Amino acid sequence: MGINKRLTRLTLATIGAFALSSTIALADADDNELVIEGAKMTTMVEGAKDGPLDEVYSGWRFRSEETQALETDDFDNPAFSAVDRGKELWTTVTGSKGKSCSSCHDKAEDTMKGVRASMPKWDKDLGKPITLEQQINECRTDRLGAEKIKFDHADMLAMTSYIGLQSRGMPVNIDTSGPMTEWAEKGKKIYYTRVGQLDMSCANCHEDNYGKRIRADHLSQGQINGFPTYRLKWNGLGSVHRRFKGCMKNIRAKPFKVGSDEFVALELYVASRGQGLSVETPAVRN
Amino acid sequence: MAKSKPRVKVPKKAAKGDIITIKTLISHKMESGRRKDKKTGELIPRKIINHFKVEFNGAEVFSANLEPSVSANPYMQFKAKVTESGTFKFTWTDDDGSVYSTEKKIAVE
Amino acid sequence: MNVTRRQTFMLGAGAVAFATLGSQATIAFASEESDKLIAEFSGGKEATAGKIKLKAPEIAENGNTVPISFTVDSPMTADNHVASVMLLALGNPGPAVGTFNFTPMSGEAAASTRIRLAKTQEVLAMAKMSDGSIFMDKKTVKVTIGGCGG
Repeated sequence: MGINKRLTRLTLATIGAFALSSTIALADADDNELVIEGAKMTTMVEGAKDGPLDEVYSGWRFRSEETQALETDDFDNPAFSAVDRGKELWTTVTGSKGKSCSSCHDKAEDTMKGVRASMPKWDKDLGKPITLEQQINECRTDRLGAEKIKFDHADMLAMTSYIGLQSRGMPVNIDTSGPMTEWAEKGKKIYYTRVGQLDMSCANCHEDNYGKRIRADHLSQGQINGFPTYRLKWNGLGSVHRRFKGCMKNIRAKPFKVGSDEFVALELYVASRGQGLSVETPAVRN
Repeated sequence: MAKSKPRVKVPKKAAKGDIITIKTLISHKMESGRRKDKKTGELIPRKIINHFKVEFNGAEVFSANLEPSVSANPYMQFKAKVTESGTFKFTWTDDDGSVYSTEKKIAVE
Repeated sequence: MNVTRRQTFMLGAGAVAFATLGSQATIAFASEESDKLIAEFSGGKEATAGKIKLKAPEIAENGNTVPISFTVDSPMTADNHVASVMLLALGNPGPAVGTFNFTPMSGEAAASTRIRLAKTQEVLAMAKMSDGSIFMDKKTVKVTIGGCGG
């Protein structure tokens, strides 16, 4: 890849559009250690040899100390109202078949351990990868006889944060082998493709310029190991796809649809860039 | 957001005379009354938790009058001095008249 | 009407002056409201620095949720305790944040909460003691605006 060419183009684009501040350049990830309820999280791992990043950082390392503190205690973390709700829903009968999640999956603490860490995951029947939300909807329609719900529906976020919590502290472990390779490649292509009126790709911010400031914001690597995440800006939890949509709007591109093949592929690829980071679900970000 | 749910953290036990820390959070939008509906352009009416009260064995320990400048999902951390075993009662009052409450017991030795 | 370039400029300047006056009026209005709230709370008594300590971040990453806390130095006995603490966000469209009422059963007059700040501004905490004396502390919080929404 013509790195020089890319950098030059990037510099021009960013000076024109965003004026990345060079005075505070390389205000990198900080050295703080994330301990949640006594459990130490891995917020930095060495990148794979053939991977795009030398060091892989959780977005937590780019946040202010006040925002960081909100994630270290499960009472202070405002996402836990949703987790409580998810726990309730787990055993609540819904749909035409008179069943709840626990009818098949028993205790989430046992059966859902590690699930978040390896999503999206291959679905043999559909012949494509699916996200946690899509898996939940599949269970709802096929096994519970219930309606599908949207990724950012309060009940869905309650479920994804409760299920995700069962993997907290486990390393992100995405399988991109076999039939998944093609999808990861598709996601990679989206990641590096410039789109929108600002003509930017994901990589322009989150690979080339993480650690710098974009106006008042401290750019992270865009890792998704903490989703669904409670964002102060949202006053609540949101899905990865909602975040992707926001990024695309910022660069004035027409966003893909939540749950689309494009976003599933992108989620798969972005998740694979964070291999080894601890799952932080439900994380807190600005 | 679905209906408001309170969360409360009180130590299960304490020694007589201890000053304990209590944390509370209730899920609530705290609609300030100053935001406009993006589609209609109309002001969204104010709907907040306007009062919070904490009692111990029936006597008031702490209370707060809240305004729209309090963040969504209002969080409150404060202290209480315990001299006997008993029950804390927490009450949140919504602009629409709804009252949410919950209780927690503490054993004091 | 024929409007020359110069007149257009003058019109523009007038508009700017008006806009400036307008925003000053808003500020004056907000501070008038703060003054009123302070007068009501203090009963007209002069506030002294000390006793109350307000803690707030120097820079808030998002104005939606700014963690703040305060402690008031007091023995918290029946005849000598903190009655209440009022918080004001002086730069918010409505400056009142909340009033926190304590009792001797509080043991300690301290609280933490999370507040909204519309822009960079001063946050004020004022304590009223059981004898009616008033103490005050202030902190400036910078609120960062911009960056990536989503």
